[in-house]
Amino acid sequence: MDNIIDIGLVQLISAYIFVLILTIILRKNRIGKEQDLLIAVTRMTIQLVLVGYILEYIFGSNNLWLTLLALVIMEAFAIRNIFSRIKLPLSTKFKQVIGIAMVTGTLTAMIYFFLVVIGLDPWYEPRYVIPLAGMLIGNSMTGITLGAERLLDGIKRNRHLIEGALMLGANPGRATRDIVNSAFYAAILPTINSMLGMGIIWLPGLMTGQILSGISPLIAIKYQIAIMLGILGAVSLTVIILVNSGIKTFFNTRAQLVLPEGFINGKVRN
Amino acid sequence: MNFILENVKYRQILDIPYLSLTGPGVTCIVGESGSGKTTLLKLLNNLISPDQGQVLYNEVNLEALDPIQLRRQVIMFPQNPSIFPGSIQDNLHLGLEFAGKPLPSVTELNHALDLANLEKPLEAGVEELSGGEQQRLALARLFLLEPEVLLLDEPSSALDDATEVLVLNSINDFAQSREITLIMVTHSKAVANKYAETIITIHNGQVVRNQEVAVRG
Repeated sequence: MDNIIDIGLVQLISAYIFVLILTIILRKNRIGKEQDLLIAVTRMTIQLVLVGYILEYIFGSNNLWLTLLALVIMEAFAIRNIFSRIKLPLSTKFKQVIGIAMVTGTLTAMIYFFLVVIGLDPWYEPRYVIPLAGMLIGNSMTGITLGAERLLDGIKRNRHLIEGALMLGANPGRATRDIVNSAFYAAILPTINSMLGMGIIWLPGLMTGQILSGISPLIAIKYQIAIMLGILGAVSLTVIILVNSGIKTFFNTRAQLVLPEGFINGKVRN
Repeated sequence: MNFILENVKYRQILDIPYLSLTGPGVTCIVGESGSGKTTLLKLLNNLISPDQGQVLYNEVNLEALDPIQLRRQVIMFPQNPSIFPGSIQDNLHLGLEFAGKPLPSVTELNHALDLANLEKPLEAGVEELSGGEQQRLALARLFLLEPEVLLLDEPSSALDDATEVLVLNSINDFAQSREITLIMVTHSKAVANKYAETIITIHNGQVVRNQEVAVRG
């Protein structure tokens, strides 16, 4: 670990020069996206510098409450991000289900992963908890967004099939079974695909980071395998809770299909 | 069998102070497009609930009945019935599965197709069927369920005149042989006059006429 190459300030500035050259090329070619590129680079820099200092402080303090606060903020931002990314109108009940699915699914996966798989002591050790929780929450966020979008779109497109099944005496669960299964599969597909390509097409982030930090690849792969299984568990659990509870928000106690205002004819949010 | 609607209001679509529908037999509901005929059927099937008033089925408020069990006894056949991806047999099986009934023999499935005048093999894919054939497949699916009440919403709307007569006759024969009550929405006065024992006319969500017709043999 002693022979890690630290990136000096001048070297970091040279990385920005690389982007500057790219911006000039964009401008010369009149592609016109250089402003977007500069905003993204600036935001990324400010966010990472801030998070670097915050993490340095939290890791140094090793404080339970600061770790919990970080987890709460991460969950809240993830849930907010899901709401903004879903284009169809969401009912209050469905939003609640998203929140419950995210928190329950990721927390369960975290507790199992941190206590049983890694055996953290203390369990809130921020150096481990925050980055690993970030991976579980981030992947679950993507899974829930995909699952919710597929579920809502399935209900919208297949409304007549759902009502047709209800008219024949199907219960709501049976009438929507194919839509729920398809939403679950769509949500976990990216996780499955990333596991299939892992180690052959690319080296995953956690493993790359550990190897760059001087850790033996043999230790790094153990962490990577464990985190991938944790991600698969967290994504599956959050999405199972989402699709099974989310579909129920579309039915009342009389097993009638109840759609939110503007769900069928309303405008899709941009 | 009887349905009674008391002081039923549903949005701005239906306003029925009192209506009694009795069976077995055929009741036709006629009226212009948008007059509330389909909404009335949906209320009877408990796909929607009235904003005010109550709907009684055999003197019990629908809200007190298990909606799934009710829909297995009082089945609705919409204007554009759902045809699910797969084969004819898959669709017949699905209907039975939805209704919680055991799967019958191939002979019984073919008999249902005969009753609905659909001359296609069970393994044929639904994408091969015309609109009229899909309508008849949906009818065959219905015949296997043997409900107490059939709510039919323009059952022959997708059919040509010759097939319409065949299909309506087969529905009527099926219902008569099993003492099933038919409540049928139709825009055609000729259809109503031919099959109905009672004709209810709806205009702007209100019952404007409730007419007994001579009992047919």
